[in-house]
Amino acid sequence: MSSKHLPLWEVFIRSRRGLDHKHIGSLHAADAAQAMQSARDTYTRRQEGVSIWVVRSSDIHASQFEDDSAFFDPAADKVYRHPTFYDVPEELKL
Amino acid sequence: MADTSPPDALSRFERTIAAEEKIEPRDWMPDKYRLNLVRQISQHAHSEVVGQLPEGNWIARAPSLRRKAILLAKVQDEAGHGLYLYSAAETLGVSREEMLDDLLSGKAKYASIFNYPTLSWADVGAIGWLVDGAAIVNQISLCRTSYGPYARAMVRICKEESFHQRQGFEIMQTLAAGSAEQKAMAQDALNRWWWPSLMMFGPHDAESAHTQQSMQWKIKRQSNDELRQKFVDQTAVQAAHIGLVIPDPLLKWNESRGHYDFGPIDWDEFNRVLAGHGPCNRARLAARRKAHEDGEWVRDAMLAHADKQRARATGAAA
Ligand SMILES: [Fe+2]
Ligand SMILES: [Fe+2]
Repeated sequence: MSSKHLPLWEVFIRSRRGLDHKHIGSLHAADAAQAMQSARDTYTRRQEGVSIWVVRSSDIHASQFEDDSAFFDPAADKVYRHPTFYDVPEELKL
Repeated sequence: MADTSPPDALSRFERTIAAEEKIEPRDWMPDKYRLNLVRQISQHAHSEVVGQLPEGNWIARAPSLRRKAILLAKVQDEAGHGLYLYSAAETLGVSREEMLDDLLSGKAKYASIFNYPTLSWADVGAIGWLVDGAAIVNQISLCRTSYGPYARAMVRICKEESFHQRQGFEIMQTLAAGSAEQKAMAQDALNRWWWPSLMMFGPHDAESAHTQQSMQWKIKRQSNDELRQKFVDQTAVQAAHIGLVIPDPLLKWNESRGHYDFGPIDWDEFNRVLAGHGPCNRARLAARRKAHEDGEWVRDAMLAHADKQRARATGAAA
């Protein structure tokens, strides 16, 4: 009996042309071709997508939850990046 | 690419466009569509990047900390816009290095307007108000372009642009309401930036080399003249509101057209600047080249650092 596990893959689906691929879930498969077929069968049975990306989960590097606040902090006090910061008359269509 | 296409590829491509659907990177597309997009998107990217230079000139001399922080944030956004657009172009099979080489060698074009100098602080206001204003008119239209990655980049960029024009207008509004000298400074900036801003939309439709094909493929959704008119209409009202005068004696509301009429554009000047003879063409490219060369050690250091990390990781595993 094999003790090997099938690796994990993340699945991204483009639901319609013009939209970004969106993460929809994951699955186990031995290679990309299997992952692709499996993704089709699992996630697009009702025509949920027109394009699929599969990516090995181990290839995804994610930011860590614990340092979230420090990591994103520099953006918090820059309110001037938003249009609402500026006082200009509505009717001027700026 | 064209030779390996399935027999019905072209009609499928045309049907997709006709149905207002987007073309995506892995789809078959005519070579000319691809080339046309690469040209337009890379030029657009170069413009975002070179466009940082005239404003960058004033970051260290902004009149207050508030203005400085805002200008810094805006210029940072423009660098990001360059990045989004280069990435969109890369989905078409052209490399970042090729595009950068074309910019630095002077082969590629970028928006001519960035070859004008920023002589006073009011120029920063005029750029935000007029140059970003014109860019936004164009970019809103391009959110509906037929190539998916370009359209998505435009949506993101438009969202970020919304403060650029407002901060510029706010600078002009403040100066125009200030002392006589400040108001004169704002008027002078408007005088110098007005016509180049109108030229940003490109030649008249009848003379535009790429417009017809681009419209047919829905790369462009509105013509140069339509977009220019939209910009004139909205800016005329804004200028009047802050008491500045647009330097065009022929600018006049036309009731029957429902638009502002405006005077003829000096296309000789446009062509001169486009051909490399504007006031700052050489300085802009020289600054870009220097920035690229000065950044070399950073790129080298990034690679060396990654190598070291990798060696350490394998060392630890062994
Ligand atoms: Fe921009
Ligand atoms: Fe901008």
